Amino acid sequence: MSEAIAVRERPATGTRRQTGRGVGAASRLVVGLALLVVLLALPLYVEEFWLRTGFAVFGAIIGAVGLNLLVGTTGQLSLAHAFFLAVGAVTYTYLSGEPGGTANPYGGQSLPPLVGMVAGVLVAGLAGLLFSPIAARLRGIYLGIASLGLVFIGDHVLNTWSSVTGGFNGRLVPSFSLLGFTFDSTDSPPLTVLGVPFGQAERLWYLGLVLCIGACWFAANLIRSRPGRALQTVRDSEVAASVMGVNVRDYKAKAFLVSSMYAGLAGVLYALSIGSVAPESFGLVLSVQFLAMIVLGGLGSVWGSVLGATFVSALPLVFQQYAGSLPFIVEPGQPGIGASQAAAFLYGLAIILVVLFEPGGLVGLVRRLRPSPRAPGAASAATPGGEHQPNTSPARADTSTPGDKR
Amino acid sequence: MTQFLSLLLNGLSLGAVYALIALGFVIIFKASEVVSFMQGSLLLLGAYLAARFDDTLGFWGAAALGIVGSAVAAILVERLLINRLRGAPVISLAILTIGVDLIIITELTRRIGSDILNVGHPWGGDSISLGGVGLTTNRALAIVVAGILIGAFFVTFKFSSWGISMRAVAEDGEAAALMGIRRGRVSMVAWMVAGVLAAVAGLFAVGSPTPGVTPAVATVALAALPAAILGGLDSTFGALVGGLLIGVAEAMSAGYQDQIAFLGRGFGDVVPYVVMVAVLLIRPSGLFGTRETTRV
Repeated sequence: MSEAIAVRERPATGTRRQTGRGVGAASRLVVGLALLVVLLALPLYVEEFWLRTGFAVFGAIIGAVGLNLLVGTTGQLSLAHAFFLAVGAVTYTYLSGEPGGTANPYGGQSLPPLVGMVAGVLVAGLAGLLFSPIAARLRGIYLGIASLGLVFIGDHVLNTWSSVTGGFNGRLVPSFSLLGFTFDSTDSPPLTVLGVPFGQAERLWYLGLVLCIGACWFAANLIRSRPGRALQTVRDSEVAASVMGVNVRDYKAKAFLVSSMYAGLAGVLYALSIGSVAPESFGLVLSVQFLAMIVLGGLGSVWGSVLGATFVSALPLVFQQYAGSLPFIVEPGQPGIGASQAAAFLYGLAIILVVLFEPGGLVGLVRRLRPSPRAPGAASAATPGGEHQPNTSPARADTSTPGDKR
Repeated sequence: MTQFLSLLLNGLSLGAVYALIALGFVIIFKASEVVSFMQGSLLLLGAYLAARFDDTLGFWGAAALGIVGSAVAAILVERLLINRLRGAPVISLAILTIGVDLIIITELTRRIGSDILNVGHPWGGDSISLGGVGLTTNRALAIVVAGILIGAFFVTFKFSSWGISMRAVAEDGEAAALMGIRRGRVSMVAWMVAGVLAAVAGLFAVGSPTPGVTPAVATVALAALPAAILGGLDSTFGALVGGLLIGVAEAMSAGYQDQIAFLGRGFGDVVPYVVMVAVLLIRPSGLFGTRETTRV
């Protein structure tokens, strides 16, 4: 069961990089910079709704990148992502929040929000490390189902440990601030930049953007580096990996650590985005959404996580906002298909279509549509680069065979 | 002592329902190497149809419709999706079934809304007493029916030609295909059987003492997943043992919740997962599962 997640062999996609590396890198840089400029300037132009959606998307991207490192790059199926998000969110809320609650009193440490955020990331990472001995013993689908258990156990803890979590009703999330600069709209006089009032939504947008870029950058470099290669070998064949001197158990534990730290950060942003943490926000549905993101986007690819996360997390919000003008969606409370249901249909269907027709996900689709500058197969000694990894590694065909046969 | 016996009996009846669903997981896994996360939606579909057509067709007609509907849905998924993806990694297929599950559950949830639909079981909320230990008739029947179905399954599995083909496919799919066994058909029948089992489990899961058909009923199937896993995903006998074990553990921890109050209220709901994780720590392939060996 140690097969790769990447589904089918698709040779010759990685070859593009070799001779055209200079040109490719330059054009990629230009596109990246243009995108960055647009993202930086956006708060000056668009409505608050889009900024709030954007912040939610940034959080989701961070979580999806983390899950993709675990599932796509290392090949460890995890349904526990919602649990690690919850750990991050609750740690942040507890450490940086004020004590409160009338019916169910809960505590709070009122520490600076930055401390809370860092602690949220660390504690989530710790939770991942604690789970990794269990994970190391299990493989493939057994791991997926064991991690499913974690979501339910986490849900129970959230409901029960009300002195920290606020119990069933949850608790409010303290707003973020950095070195005295609050990410809130309580300043007086209100901050304006170029004539645009900078309220909570604008400020959070930039926070999310910075964190998101950092997270993607780190992941892309990780995949391309030596540890990243080791993780991919673990995915393709544990036997081959250990023969080549990769400490499989150790690398799996590290993958869990990094992935759950990403989840912790995503959890903090998710909490800031929805404004309160309650057990129902961290159910199995959330884990399934994250899985949907990476499957849709493309397993093992950072760009894929970005695309998938944008699609899955923005869809319900956009549907909700424009329920009035979309013909097939009704306002809440009316008979018919609601916004979140329409979104669920759409990405459920998208998962099926992707697994059926384009196992490389949206990234695979983009790559297929973009014409290759050279005839495929021109360069045989291609250097498989990070994002192109899962389907193109030349080693894969050799290493995956022994593990697959019983 | 009475309380203990009562909890044991209730646990066994709950376990019988779990065992039915877990058996479905195992049959599907053996025949087509897929862990189907959509048993919950099949269960809900069966129960929903049975409740919706209760007025027009009567209980038996509606129940039959529910079972057939659920079996047809399972066959469709197998024919249209799973069969086309033979050889794809287990994980991709599992994710695919999550996608299907998402669609079916969303649609059923939308149709059910906030209502609680009732399946008009002829036995209603009656209860019977066995030597001073009370049990709802629904639960007692669940034990009997599950016993009959599982027994029939084991006999078929052992002696019928379908059972032999199925075991051959589970042992070595390629060799079986070379011997002239039609893998597609074996797999289709397996999905159909799993659909039927899920629907039957659904009919009992929504009866007394459960209030009725709500979207939450689908989570019963999720609790059966630990049962299948802890017995061993490729062991039919393991599914039975796992189901009963989980059922009894859940009923016990719900019944003695005052004694284990430090674990919090509603701990019974998470017991299946706790038991599963504990068992997997000791035996990573479940109690009766085949150990995975790797040959270099």
